[in-house]
Amino acid sequence: MDDLFGIPAPLLFGQLLLGLINGAFYAMLSLGLAVIFGLLNIVNMAHGAQFMMGAFAAWMLLNWLGIGYWAALLLAPIIVGITGIILEKAFISRLYKLDHLYGLLLTFGLALIIEGVFRNEFGSSGLPYRIPAELSGAWDLGFMFMPVYRGWVVIAALILCLATWLIIEKTRLGAYLRAATENAALVQAFGVNVPRMVTLTYGFGVALAAVGGVLAAPIYSVNPQMGSNLIIVVFAVVVIGGMGSILGSILTGFALGIVEGLTKVFWPEASATVIFVIMAIVLLARPAGLFGRA
Amino acid sequence: MHLGRRALLATGAAAGAVTALPTLSRAQAANTIRIGVMTDMSGMYRDNTGPTSVACTRMAAQEFGNRGFAVEVIEADHQNRPDVGANLARQWYDQGIDLIIDVPTSSVGLAVNQVAREKNKPYINVGSATADLTGAQCGPSTVHWAYDTWMLARSNGGATVKAGGDTWFFITADYAFGHALERDTMNFVRQAGGRILGSVRTPFPGTTDFSSFLLQAQSSRAKVIGLANAGADTQTCVKQAAEFGLTRRGIKLASLLLFINDVHGLGLQTAQGLTCTETFYWDLNDRSRAFARRVIQRTPTNYPNMIHAGCYSGTLHFLKAIADMGVPAAKASGLDLVNRMKAMPTDDEAFGPGSIRPDGRRICPSFLFEVKKPEESRGPWDYLKLVQETPAAEAFRPVGEGGCALIRA
Repeated sequence: MDDLFGIPAPLLFGQLLLGLINGAFYAMLSLGLAVIFGLLNIVNMAHGAQFMMGAFAAWMLLNWLGIGYWAALLLAPIIVGITGIILEKAFISRLYKLDHLYGLLLTFGLALIIEGVFRNEFGSSGLPYRIPAELSGAWDLGFMFMPVYRGWVVIAALILCLATWLIIEKTRLGAYLRAATENAALVQAFGVNVPRMVTLTYGFGVALAAVGGVLAAPIYSVNPQMGSNLIIVVFAVVVIGGMGSILGSILTGFALGIVEGLTKVFWPEASATVIFVIMAIVLLARPAGLFGRA
Repeated sequence: MHLGRRALLATGAAAGAVTALPTLSRAQAANTIRIGVMTDMSGMYRDNTGPTSVACTRMAAQEFGNRGFAVEVIEADHQNRPDVGANLARQWYDQGIDLIIDVPTSSVGLAVNQVAREKNKPYINVGSATADLTGAQCGPSTVHWAYDTWMLARSNGGATVKAGGDTWFFITADYAFGHALERDTMNFVRQAGGRILGSVRTPFPGTTDFSSFLLQAQSSRAKVIGLANAGADTQTCVKQAAEFGLTRRGIKLASLLLFINDVHGLGLQTAQGLTCTETFYWDLNDRSRAFARRVIQRTPTNYPNMIHAGCYSGTLHFLKAIADMGVPAAKASGLDLVNRMKAMPTDDEAFGPGSIRPDGRRICPSFLFEVKKPEESRGPWDYLKLVQETPAAEAFRPVGEGGCALIRA
């Protein structure tokens, strides 16, 4: 067996692949955060809770209404997106004129409330959600067993990230969005309904988190703290990539997933910390993040 | 109106932040025994401990009835943080709480143990697993009630090696509990002639994906993967081991600490065939079923496990000891009270007869269970079948081997 850096090569390839899969979740979540921050200037601390809501929505659709995975992949983000729109209208829209800190505190409080409600209702042990029959099973890659479902997660995440990037960078709607980020008053003067666009953008960002939740439901157990475990890492990803940079958050998400995966081989105890070490270094060297504009 | 609403919000927030105990008059206080249940109300161990622990403690207090003194039960969330637990324990004991009970998460359990020893106050740990509570870190006023890592390791580890699983790789939660469970199980595996091929320590809390670690375990070519973790960590490991085809390749998972609530979360389809060691199972005999029926009335969505039953059993025994020696004497010295508890045999519906050793270890039989196949399960929460019983005298670490200073003295 060939060794690379003292680690058997098959194990190393396996870890790279697993890192990529986890990176897919980081990328999807940090993408939503970047979109919301870019346009609303809101640090959406409720993102993890909304990711969790997506997973729970899929579970409820299946167990209460008999609606399966594929429909949930579409319905759950719509449902959670609508709750996001309600939150934006009722609370968040009042804070745009204030400092970032207020939005951060508000969404943080909302996250705690949402998680508390789910914990009271469903407990903390988690609920099982089966992998859909079409995606169960695994490919034997020789160096590892690759579950079909994990492969699907990477592909789905890539498609989603690419589509979002294209919409924002290459379409007229995206151009409006980017223009409103630069100067909302001017865009409004051209007859664009900026407040509505802002509301829908928040809903879209939240829906992205919910898609992540549905994708995660069969892999992790569906439980109220599944989002809070992930969200801190995702924030670090956004900071490293550069706040508000779409492409930055996608690339950083995948890259950090891989870095974390490798750390799990070389120094497992540090695997929860490595991303924050990188964050500290990046902030010292490039305060605006790797892809951000100073 | 705007101002009025703000004022209202501020008042509400302030009221929520105050955690002061209800004040009792001096005469009332002298005749009221106060029990503090410190537990995980918001984290991953909530279903294994949490509100059901509180419910069982309250149930014990109510069933004990009024025998010349009143009993008050309060609860708090330690958030699985040792600093929060230790501060709260200090505050509670200083405010006249007579007993702290439950305290899951070994790192917190040990921190509270320090405070109990410093203040010489009764402390019944039920939720933590580390056998150090009655070993190197034993305290004169501490009783460890339901289970510990040594007892889990003996029952599950020994049986697994005997069944042919002689090479092991450990996936270990990187804190006091995981370390203790790994250490104790390794000893039994080696004693039984097995070999340890490696181990990996996973950050706690905060590890959401165990596939990397499982892959490392697989490439070690061990026949058994020992899961020295608990709650959601164990559940994720079991799920992902199935997903990555480890179990199909004949690798056996040894879930060293698995509660019935975890089995419920996993579903029988995924959990079938796993083994677990408990000192209590609701469907063990008529007495345990009668006990469980009363608990379920209080917590219909969560059946009691050995921690919950331990909170009931421990509270009941504590109150019996107070009734035996009288409230003034019990309040005067926590140490005398715990010594009285140690001198009296324990007996209740949940566990049957047992006793407390001088090192604080309560002993009772332990049971090795296997998780049923879906088609074997006949009703709600009918999940486990008995494989083997270990008598009380052999289930726990022999009293002289733990290194407890109370024994050498």
